[in-house]
Amino acid sequence: MAATVTGSKLERVLKSGHQAVTSECGPPRSSDPAHIKEKGELIKDHVDSINVTDNQTSVTRLCSLAACIHLKGMGLDPVLQMVVRDRNRIALQSDILGAASFGINNILCLSGDHQSFGDSPQASNVFDLDSMQLVQTVRHMRDEGKFLSGDEIKVPPSMFVGAAANPFGDPFKIRVPRLAKKVASGAEFIQTQCIYNLDKFEKWMEGVRARGLHEEVYILAGITPLRSVGMARYLQKNVPGMDVPDELIERMKGVDKKKQSDEGITIAVESIQRLKEVEGVAGFHVMAIEWEEKVPEIVERSGLYPRPQID
Amino acid sequence: MIVGEQKPFEEIWEMVKDHKQLTVFGCNTCVAVCHQGGNKEAGILAAQLRMRASQDDVDIEIIDSGIERQCEHEFFEKTEELVQKSEAVLSLACGIGVQFMATKYEATPIYPALNTTFLGDVPETGVFTEKCQACGDCVLGVTGGVCPVSRCAKRLFNGPCGGSTTGKCEISKETECAWQLVVDRLEALGRLDTYEKVMPLKDWSKDRSGGPRSFKLEDF
Repeated sequence: MAATVTGSKLERVLKSGHQAVTSECGPPRSSDPAHIKEKGELIKDHVDSINVTDNQTSVTRLCSLAACIHLKGMGLDPVLQMVVRDRNRIALQSDILGAASFGINNILCLSGDHQSFGDSPQASNVFDLDSMQLVQTVRHMRDEGKFLSGDEIKVPPSMFVGAAANPFGDPFKIRVPRLAKKVASGAEFIQTQCIYNLDKFEKWMEGVRARGLHEEVYILAGITPLRSVGMARYLQKNVPGMDVPDELIERMKGVDKKKQSDEGITIAVESIQRLKEVEGVAGFHVMAIEWEEKVPEIVERSGLYPRPQID
Repeated sequence: MIVGEQKPFEEIWEMVKDHKQLTVFGCNTCVAVCHQGGNKEAGILAAQLRMRASQDDVDIEIIDSGIERQCEHEFFEKTEELVQKSEAVLSLACGIGVQFMATKYEATPIYPALNTTFLGDVPETGVFTEKCQACGDCVLGVTGGVCPVSRCAKRLFNGPCGGSTTGKCEISKETECAWQLVVDRLEALGRLDTYEKVMPLKDWSKDRSGGPRSFKLEDF
């Protein structure tokens, strides 16, 4: 097993050569932690680590850091998602230290959806750094033991550093170079956008392998089960950077309405089974949005259960 | 140039209606190009205000006038007396002109008739688009002449984000993705290989974050 540098369970699983499974929990629009704990409880035995989203789609929610602390308290391995939309470099570095002080060992560095999508389109955005610069910042803090200012951090944060990749965003020709930039910035793992167009994803992976990037970074393929043909259509039409092929919509449409959610699960399972064989896919990030109870079934049917026990 | 748009008429009327005398004052440079704040527009706005005053039976004398630029002392010479005598001024300049007048005529209320919207160009007649945010540290040399600060909704220095779709930004199908433009332009210049250079953290202290900026020519 390659030497680990942080206390992250995700890092241990990946470096021991297993395909990792992560999932995500969206925090509630409330100060009640019960909701996040219930979600954690539902999926904890079927995943290695759990991402906690950071005010996703720019809708104000309980903060990612606090939700991560709740999950950590349950003995789980949270992945702190952090967007640069709402925090400048002072707040980002401060939150990284705060998270590390609670033993949170993973961070996913994101730019964040534009605030115009959310509940506060009148808000000012920050974007002091971009997502790659946040990756650089965490690595600098961890590896150099220094703040961006150059001042020493007596106890540096022990964080396994991740970034997102969207193989389906445009322009396609820079999507592999863009991954290379994230790797050069210091990303150690990647979680991708939801994959529905498997052919295009595999084409992207070909480009990734051609440059040997799959040997420099762990790539977790993003999987989101479709609940209905309506959801498939919505994603295709309304979510920028999402690629839902027409064939998939036809397939969902061909199934009785009551059985569409089952079909969505089956599609997710088939996708994982196909992508498991793709060289360079180091694991799966299963994002069952407000449908966390289905994660165990997807993981089991995909042959990814039981999860490895690694200390 | 500086682009502005006239405020809604009701908002303007509410600001000025309690005065007995008002000078509606155009600025005939930047904001005249976008047909919002020039001396001609000052004349039109004054006429609209007179009509409204007449409809509402409000007693207010409205004079229209204007100069070439409301942001430099020398242009005020010809209208000095008019402004001095005015009870209030409705300026059709950008926010710079309004403030310049407010400083110059400290006892006279100066109201803005425009919302100053952006620094932009005129890609075609009647169309104005934002191109600069005066960040104080220009990067156009490495981004192929496309500004990520003013043209990317997330002002990303290492874009595009995952929301870029068929050349458009995630915020609107009407908005071009700045990073698609950067990539296209770098490719046209035969410099696409430079895309992979990670752009370093920006020094925003040269932007408005560092406080109001100024500079002085020592020779003058």
